[in-house]
Amino acid sequence: MNVIFFAIVMIAFLFAAVRQLLGGPQTGDTMPIEALSRSVVDSAAGAVELAIGLIGVMTLFLGLMKVAEKGGLLNVMSRLLRPVMVRLFPDVPADHPAMGAMILNMSANALGLGNAATPFGIRAMQELDKLNSEKGTATNAMALFLAINTSSITLLPTGVIALRASAGSGDPAGILPTTLFATLGSTLVAIAATKLYQRFSSPAPAVLTGTPAADPTTETAERTGAGGEHDLNQNSDPDSDQNPDHEYAHMLASASAGYPGWVSLLVLCCVITIIPWPSSTAP
Amino acid sequence: MLRDHNHPLAIIYGTVISPWIIPGLVAGFLAYGMIRGVRVYEVFVEGAKEGFYVAVKIIPYLVAILVAVGMFRASGALEAMVGMLGPVTGKIGLPAEALPMALLRPLSGSGAYGVLASIINDPAVGPDSYIGYLVSTFQGSTETTFYVLAVYFGAVQVRRVRHTMAAALTADLAGIMFAVLACTLLLA
Repeated sequence: MNVIFFAIVMIAFLFAAVRQLLGGPQTGDTMPIEALSRSVVDSAAGAVELAIGLIGVMTLFLGLMKVAEKGGLLNVMSRLLRPVMVRLFPDVPADHPAMGAMILNMSANALGLGNAATPFGIRAMQELDKLNSEKGTATNAMALFLAINTSSITLLPTGVIALRASAGSGDPAGILPTTLFATLGSTLVAIAATKLYQRFSSPAPAVLTGTPAADPTTETAERTGAGGEHDLNQNSDPDSDQNPDHEYAHMLASASAGYPGWVSLLVLCCVITIIPWPSSTAP
Repeated sequence: MLRDHNHPLAIIYGTVISPWIIPGLVAGFLAYGMIRGVRVYEVFVEGAKEGFYVAVKIIPYLVAILVAVGMFRASGALEAMVGMLGPVTGKIGLPAEALPMALLRPLSGSGAYGVLASIINDPAVGPDSYIGYLVSTFQGSTETTFYVLAVYFGAVQVRRVRHTMAAALTADLAGIMFAVLACTLLLA
């Protein structure tokens, strides 16, 4: 980001400077370097105006999301995702804490709760690492989890809707169908690409099946991270009572229950119907 | 029920369902909270408090990016780039104006948000044009790939990432292509 920022500014400066000094095409009576100078000041002021204009819509959405979160929407979402996830990750036992953390991470991402998603994601990676026989090398499950994660599974792009509303859009939520289409497409490609590439990739580390030995690095990370899994596997992880983070533990436990597969399928179909297909939009 | 859009790129779909989405979300979320026994007003206010800080927190990022992009635009460099690349990328439905956004998105979330803001606030483009829809879709449907990989692999000290990077970048590319496809279909 440092390089990009610097490069954009320098290119702009040099471009304007060259135009100024060579007396290139003059637009009206403003000189290139004058236009540049004005744009610096105007952009800086405009950025703050923009942020102030965002406050209203942003506040509204964050308030609404908090209500949904308190109402347990995250649980509903994670129950919907569970049947899909168990099939996608055959290497991860269905009742392993890694599964619960991954499901919660994806549910939070899908609902646009970025701040809630990160701790679950880090937790999921630590749990997946306990199934890893070769520390320092990514397992197939890690690769798939991160590929899906980077492809983004947003159902509700609240930040973009807020920005569009403040930019005076006639239809701020109009990007919902295109976003859903693109996000479903890229997620399917992420899954397909991971499953395909893993055949050509270096051999995967063997999957550990037994009770993982306590690992000092994960232990310290757990204390700072989103710890607490004693509801799920009381016996296999004696360290967990050191950090009784009840809220997360409770959520992890609830993520271990899932709706039957057909419910997830039904909801997926509902999401797909929101996307207008060309036949319905033909002018 | 059909609302008359003045914009040439008005969407039939958008006129029927889209106006319902925001009011529906507001009513739906509150009703859901009530059913689940949430004290909706108090909880709403509690969550909404963060909105102010979120908006204020992004100011430094927005200033940095918007000044850089504003300079790039004012210097005439953007015009030159659009002139050079536009004919090539335009053929696949990716106007050169949207190109910086597509390139920046996997690298920096706040950077891409700033570019998105600068594009849709540009009176010549606007949020409801094809480019406006396209860049909004980019932002909503892809993720800051390099940041995610750094944070999550960093958390477990994984250095040999095997095929993860290739798969993630394939998905990013697919996301851009699907966004272009969706916007072309929708706004044709």
